[in-house]
Amino acid sequence: MSIIDCKHLSVSYEGRTIVSDVSFSISAGDYLCIVGENGSGKTTLMRTLLGLKKPDKGEVLFSDGCSVGKASDASHKWVHKIGYLPQKSNLQKDFPASVMEIVLSGTLNDNGLFYTKKEKKKAISAMESLGILDIRKRSFMELSGGQQQRVLLARALCATEDILFLDEPVAGLDPKVTQDMYEMIKTLNEIGITIVMISHDIEAALEYSNHILHLNKDMDFFGTTEEYKKTELCEHYLCHIPDHLHHDDDCEICKERSHV
Amino acid sequence: MFRIIAEMLSYPFLVRALICGILLSVSASLLGVSLVLKRYSMIGDGLSHVGFGALAIATAFHWAPLAVSIPIVVIAAFLLLRLNENTRIKGDAAIALISTGALAIGILIVSLTTGVNIDIYNYMFGSVLAIDKTSFWISIVVCIVIIVLFFLFYNRIFAVTFDEDFTKATQAKSGGINLLIALLTAVIIVLGMRLMGALLISALIIFPALSSMRVFKSYKRVTISSAIISVICFVVGIFCSYTLSTPVGATVVVTNIIAFLIFFIIGKIRIRKEP
Ligand SMILES: Nc1ncnc2c1ncn2[C@@H]1O[C@H](COP(=O)(O)OP(=O)(O)O)[C@@H](O)[C@H]1O
Ligand SMILES: [Mg+2]
Repeated sequence: MSIIDCKHLSVSYEGRTIVSDVSFSISAGDYLCIVGENGSGKTTLMRTLLGLKKPDKGEVLFSDGCSVGKASDASHKWVHKIGYLPQKSNLQKDFPASVMEIVLSGTLNDNGLFYTKKEKKKAISAMESLGILDIRKRSFMELSGGQQQRVLLARALCATEDILFLDEPVAGLDPKVTQDMYEMIKTLNEIGITIVMISHDIEAALEYSNHILHLNKDMDFFGTTEEYKKTELCEHYLCHIPDHLHHDDDCEICKERSHV
Repeated sequence: MFRIIAEMLSYPFLVRALICGILLSVSASLLGVSLVLKRYSMIGDGLSHVGFGALAIATAFHWAPLAVSIPIVVIAAFLLLRLNENTRIKGDAAIALISTGALAIGILIVSLTTGVNIDIYNYMFGSVLAIDKTSFWISIVVCIVIIVLFFLFYNRIFAVTFDEDFTKATQAKSGGINLLIALLTAVIIVLGMRLMGALLISALIIFPALSSMRVFKSYKRVTISSAIISVICFVVGIFCSYTLSTPVGATVVVTNIIAFLIFFIIGKIRIRKEP
């Protein structure tokens, strides 16, 4: 059963169309990766799904009856509990906030004003599973990029019960932490949380996801990962196409492949 | 010194100004943390000028000052918030336009009608005499409401201030928080303006938060410390203003500047010690 149905979605910034006519659907328990070059509108699409940006055309239907569309209000009522890890990020440099304060803020649901024992437990277990429990009293802004990313993921975990939206979760992380992050997300998916992830890392996308959406202003591909692997698009994206920003002459993957 | 304090407390208007000022300082500084962090400081400044314009008009036409200016400033707050969210219009330029515009209109109306009298002078630079019995009780009630609302919504205000997108995306009722902040700010500015002066009231909002952020690194500590700094600076300020016969508003702002410098230095020393 599909949990999100996206129909003929078009989104623009200041009259410039960024995403046009994108349709796809996500079923409960899916692991969808959105891939595409820089500036192809992945973040814009995700922000539209989240109701942060109004689409010009088309609509997004959620299985709980919510919709994001031109007519509806951008801030609507979620029944699904969703988590969100924004793209690395426009947060302010000098914001005074401890790790604990930030992670706890993920547990605020629609009714509560104060944190009860239950919320605190949830925050602590999220921090524990990401290995940041020992830095919970530190100031967020003094942490390294990888630590900050894990704090924001912990906050997203506190908010999520059904769907987790991740915008380039591994950007700027070292390989070891990246691997941990992927394993972590995989575990979440295995316990039934639907994952929607934007990634530059096509190899990881192919390894972990079960559906791929390839964006390039309009939709180039949507289907299962197995089907995607057979397309030319995938081959091109992995290698040799000079106008794909990430696969130029300096690209490690491309070098490796051309040597083989 | 105790003699001077006893002397001050024997004047009912000074006691009123003191109590009112303390409550105003607490509410202004609590809101200030959010405003500074959301880069809304300029909105506070813009609103105080709008407030001046509104008060000037009310005085010229002999209308009740608070009843006229609170709604006008609240509407201006919503407008400025909208402008700030709209990426196409340069937010800061729009604020400058509105605030200088309101100031100019206010001054024009005043000079065409009553002329620059003592009321107008007081609106610009503040006066301890401004707090009569009615406005005293209004201020007390409103400040207490603001402080209670702040504590009720503390966690949500933090969430929206830290990361508005995340909060909007994951929580249904986040939209109201920005409006709440704008509304409370507008009310505080109008109330505080008569004591502190239209030109100085935004200092009461901005300075304590900025000082606290030099030293403290968690939101809770910054909030608590802002409230404490703000009250201490106000009390010291009003005491100095009485002994030196200087205007309250300016004196309180100067004590806040001194507090900022002290916290700035403490912050620098801390950073040097840590690594
Ligand atoms: N707030 C904005 N205002 C105007 N244009 C924007 C804004 N955000 C993104 N864009 C434009 O939209 C395009 C797609 O951006 P984005 O969705 O961030 O791409 P991606 O995440 O795939 O790298 C870019 O060309 C970018 O310049
Ligand atoms: Mg992006």
